[in-house]
Amino acid sequence: MKILVCISNVPDTTTKITFTNDNTEFNTAGVQYIVNPYDEIALSRAIELTEGGKGTVTVINVGEAANDPTIRKALAIGADDAVRVNAAPRDAYFVAKQIAEYAKDRDFNIILTGRESIDYNGNQVAAMVGEFLDIPSISIIKKLDIDGDNATVEREIEGGKEVVTVTGKFVASCAEGVAEPKIPNMRGIMSARTKPLAVVDPVSIEEVTKVTKYETPAPRGTVKLIPADQTESLIGLLHSEAKVI
Amino acid sequence: MSVLVYVEQAEGKFKKSVFEAVSYAKAIADQQSTNLVAISIGDVAESELKELGKYGPSKVLNVSVDQLKTFVNQAYASVIAAAAGQENADIVVLSNSFSGKGLAPRIAVKLKAGLADGAVELPSTDGKFSVKKTAFSGKAFAITELTSANKVIALNPNAFGVKENNTEAAIETFSADVKQSDLGTVIKDIVRATDKASLPDAELVVSAGRGLKGPENWGMIEELAGLLGAATACSKPVSDADWRPHSEHVGQTGISISPNLYIAIGISGAIQHLAGVSSSKVIVVINKDPEAPFFKVADYGIVGDAFEVVPKLIEALKAHKG
Repeated sequence: MKILVCISNVPDTTTKITFTNDNTEFNTAGVQYIVNPYDEIALSRAIELTEGGKGTVTVINVGEAANDPTIRKALAIGADDAVRVNAAPRDAYFVAKQIAEYAKDRDFNIILTGRESIDYNGNQVAAMVGEFLDIPSISIIKKLDIDGDNATVEREIEGGKEVVTVTGKFVASCAEGVAEPKIPNMRGIMSARTKPLAVVDPVSIEEVTKVTKYETPAPRGTVKLIPADQTESLIGLLHSEAKVI
Repeated sequence: MSVLVYVEQAEGKFKKSVFEAVSYAKAIADQQSTNLVAISIGDVAESELKELGKYGPSKVLNVSVDQLKTFVNQAYASVIAAAAGQENADIVVLSNSFSGKGLAPRIAVKLKAGLADGAVELPSTDGKFSVKKTAFSGKAFAITELTSANKVIALNPNAFGVKENNTEAAIETFSADVKQSDLGTVIKDIVRATDKASLPDAELVVSAGRGLKGPENWGMIEELAGLLGAATACSKPVSDADWRPHSEHVGQTGISISPNLYIAIGISGAIQHLAGVSSSKVIVVINKDPEAPFFKVADYGIVGDAFEVVPKLIEALKAHKG
């Protein structure tokens, strides 16, 4: 079994998000980058499914050379090899096209992503890759089991879940529950340095989106504190002042 | 040209988030001086389809074929894209629901369209077609220009109100060609917790964190939520410890929500948690630590022990409801 896991290089979750150049660019000063946490879940499940000689895991990232430490981290967690498509990731459409182009002749049984990247929150790449390759895609799964050529997944829906089966190749985006994120051990970190990391050129595709500006949420007014012995007055405030109940 | 909106049904019914999407799509159609067409897939009664007329579509396409009674991501995307072709629609609108998140990207690729997901406002159309969408898990917004001729927008729940716009919607059967290769996924089972509000599109949310000390203490949270008709949520440490299911985890690595009211009990308000809830309209924080960072972004706060404050709130709410 060959599994391809798509990883994003994203700002650490504790990053305070700011912008520069008249709010048109993300301020990367002092930002630490990590493997997107959801992608780590996808990667961890891929490793579990292929352990003991049952298959191989390749990670793919679309990005420039600055992403290599993040890709090495994925190799340290346990991927067998990696590929980087050497281009700035313009948007999900661009990224998905690059991944589909890489995957189309390489016979991966399963392609996994995280449910979304924590920077652009798209949850677009998995389904777009599925569409470019004309194979099924299942978004936001919480469980993934494989039995030969058949997979059973649980997909999140509003107020519940769906149990879905699929036969043959497919793409899925993984959420919490699919696997516990694996922590790289010393052996993994050492071997990651020598695992193959191929660099390939991008293919061209039309531009469909462009971020022109960023905004940060408007600050809230100061908090109205209610003394604990007047707790019951909160209900009145929510009803008549905030008008939310 | 026209605007096409996909109206997602669940067990034959439309939810509020669907009426929001239709209202939003109608406002875009008005901006573009064109008409709005809705498409429904699955088993929906004619009376329920008529209900959509309240929100402005001139036509409702109804797809009711056996193979598409339950959700098949790939086939639904094909049908919606085909409908966009037939109706000459250059803008397709969906709810940014779990299913919408699976459909919108496939439709975008089929139509070679730019996709703005997590939209929170109407597009601005001053020469460029730009949509404000959430980014960095609620820590920011990205104004995204859709530069392609065709455009797909997935609207966040609770971002755009339901607006009535009474029309007499004509209901037409849309006969979709379903390719066998589009039916690769099969639903074996659907499990719904019917007694509770669903978290992603809930208007009111009661959430609790480690301050509750253990899963056995969630009774009062459930009771408060029940009285309010609210969904329940939790912080990451709580779902990591398996006190509550992962599906309740809100925050940067959980789900992002924007309810009208978010009540946080015993949650300190780490930056990762705030990211997922900061677009809530009103935030109430109950915490015994007056220095908890959550108070800085709250509208109302009570410094006190959850085990004393929450029972009082429950009593006050019962009295309020009479």
